[in-house]
Amino acid sequence: MAAPVVEAEASGRAATRPPARERKNGRFSVHFAHYKWLYLLLLPGVLYFAVFRYGPMYGVSIAFKDYVPFLGVNGSQWVGTQHFEDFFSNPDFPRLLGNTLILAFLNLGIAFPLTIVLALLLNEVRLSILKRTVQTLVYIPHFLSWTIVASLSFLLFALDIGPLFQFLNGVMGTNIDFLSDPAWFRPLIVLQEIWKNTGWGTIIFLAALATVDQDQYEAAIIDGAGRFRRVWHITLPGIRSTIIVMLILAIGQMLNTGFEQIYLMTNALNRDVADVFDTYVYFVGITQGAYSYSTAVGLFKSLVGLVLIFGTNWLAKRFNQSGLF
Amino acid sequence: MKIHNTTGGRIFDAANYVFLALIGIVTLLPFVYVFAGSFATEAEITRRAFFVWPEQFTLGSYEYIFSTPAFTRALITTILVTAVGTLVQLAFTVTMAYPLAKKMLRGRKLILSLVVFAMVFSGGMIPTFLLVKDLGLLNSYWALILPAAINPFSLIIIKNFFQELPAELEESAKMDGATEIGILWRILLPLSKPVLATFALFYAVGIWNDFMSPLLYLSDNSRWTLQMYLRQVTAASDLLGTGNVDPNYIPPEQGIKFAVIVVATLPILVFYPFLQKHFAKGMLIGSVKG
Repeated sequence: MAAPVVEAEASGRAATRPPARERKNGRFSVHFAHYKWLYLLLLPGVLYFAVFRYGPMYGVSIAFKDYVPFLGVNGSQWVGTQHFEDFFSNPDFPRLLGNTLILAFLNLGIAFPLTIVLALLLNEVRLSILKRTVQTLVYIPHFLSWTIVASLSFLLFALDIGPLFQFLNGVMGTNIDFLSDPAWFRPLIVLQEIWKNTGWGTIIFLAALATVDQDQYEAAIIDGAGRFRRVWHITLPGIRSTIIVMLILAIGQMLNTGFEQIYLMTNALNRDVADVFDTYVYFVGITQGAYSYSTAVGLFKSLVGLVLIFGTNWLAKRFNQSGLF
Repeated sequence: MKIHNTTGGRIFDAANYVFLALIGIVTLLPFVYVFAGSFATEAEITRRAFFVWPEQFTLGSYEYIFSTPAFTRALITTILVTAVGTLVQLAFTVTMAYPLAKKMLRGRKLILSLVVFAMVFSGGMIPTFLLVKDLGLLNSYWALILPAAINPFSLIIIKNFFQELPAELEESAKMDGATEIGILWRILLPLSKPVLATFALFYAVGIWNDFMSPLLYLSDNSRWTLQMYLRQVTAASDLLGTGNVDPNYIPPEQGIKFAVIVVATLPILVFYPFLQKHFAKGMLIGSVKG
C-alpha cells in the first residue's frame, strides 16, 4: 500500500492533477451528458453538411482521377492534372471564358445601372400609393421560376406567332428569329435578367436612399439647386458606398451566370455563344458522361469564383466595413 | 420637410409618374397576355397578335390540361414534394440552428465556420450528382429535397434570431424540468412563428421553382415535376436540340402552353403578398453580418 504513495510523491504534480487528456475527456463527458439533447438536435444538421455539402467536396478528387463508375471515387486511377491540361488546351476554354465574361459584363454594365436608376426614380416619388403600387408590380418577376421566364420568352418572341415578332414585323417589316439567331441570345438573356431582377434589386438602394441626410436637400434648395443637381450632388454621393459595395459583390458573383436561365435558353443553333462554364459541365458531364473532365472544369470555375468572392469581400470591407462575412 | 416645387420640378414629377406607371404595366404585360390567352380559343390566339381580354371566353385549355394524366401527375407531385420538402428542410434548419445558438456548445465555432465555407464553395454539379446516384436517390423525390435540406444563410439568420431571444425564457422552463427539445418545441417555436413562416415560404418557393434538381435527378419522365413538364410543353420541339427529345413529339396548341404557365405561376401569385413583405425584410437582414 505504501508504494503508490511514494510514487505519487515522486511524480508530484501528476498526482494532484490528472493527465491533460483524461481531464478534458472527463469534463467533456459531464458536459455532454448534461447537454445530450442539444447534441442530439445538432446531429441531423451536421450529418447533412457532412454528406451533402462536404461529401461532394471529397468527390471533387475525381477531377484528378480517371473516374470509372464501377470502381468508385476511391478505386479510380489518379491521372494528376491531365483533365485540367486537356481543358486549358481545348478551344472550348477560351470560348466559355469569353461567353461567361461577356454575359457578366453586360449584366454589370446594363442591368446594374438600371437598378440604380429605377431606385432613384422611385425615390423621387412623393405619391406613396403610386410608389407602393409600382414596387409591388416590379418585384413580382423575382419570384417566378426561370422556367416561367423562359416559357414567356418562347411565347412572346416566337417566330411568326409571337406578339413581339408580329409587332416588329408590322412596324419595321423585320423577320427576326429571336430564339435561334445567335446574335439575339445575349440581348434576350440581359432582357430577362432586367425583367426578373431589376425591381427586386432596388430594395437595397431604396433602403440606402432613405438614410441620406434630409437637411442637405433643404440647404441645396435654399442655394437654388434644381432637381437633377440635388440628385447628382447629394443623393448619389449619399449612396455611393452602397453602390460600390453592391458592384464589388456583383463582381464576386461574376462567374455564376445562372445555370437554369442559360440552359433553358440554349438550343442547337446558339450553342456557340450560349455555352458557359455551368452549362458546359452539364452537357459534357451529365449528357456525355465525361465525369472527371467536367468535374475538373467545375472545380476550376469554383476556385476562381472563391478567389473572386474573398477578394471582393475584402475590398467591400475596406469600403464600408460590412462585407458578407 | 416641405419641398417647394418649381415648374420644372412639376414637369419632372409628372413625367416620372407616367414613366414608372408604364414600367409597372410593362412588367406585368407578358403575364396578362398569357392569362388572357389561357381563356381564349386557339383561333383567337392565332388571329390576334396581342390581347388582354379574350373576345370569346373558354375553359377549353384548362379542361384539356386537367384531363392530361402527365400534367395532373406533375401538378400533384409538385404540390406534395413542395409540402413535404418544406417541412423537412425547415425541420433540418431549425434543429441545427437551435444548438448553434448556444455559446457553451463545444465545437460550435468549428461547425459555424464549416457552414460559412459551404456557402462559398461547393463540390459542384458532377460530384453532387454522383453522390446522389451512389446513395440510390436517382428518380427519387428525396433527391429534390435532401441535397438542399439546409440553406446556410437561413440557418445563420434563424440561429441569430434564437440567440437574441431573452435567456430568462429558457431558464424558467429548465427550472420546471424541461429538456432542450421541450424548450425548443413548446417555447421557442411558438415565439418564432413569423420567422419560421418566412423561411417556410423561402424553402417552398425554392422547391416549387426548382428546375435544375429534377433535370439532374429525375430522368424518368413519369416522375417529372411541373417545371419539367412546363419546359417540355413550351419549348418549341425544333429548339430542343440540347437534350432528350422525342422525335415524334407534336407541339401543343398555344392555349395549352398558356394554361400550364398560369397554373405554374398561380401559387406564387397567391402567396405573393406574404413573399413581398417578408422577403424584402430578409433581403436587408441578409446584408447584415451573420
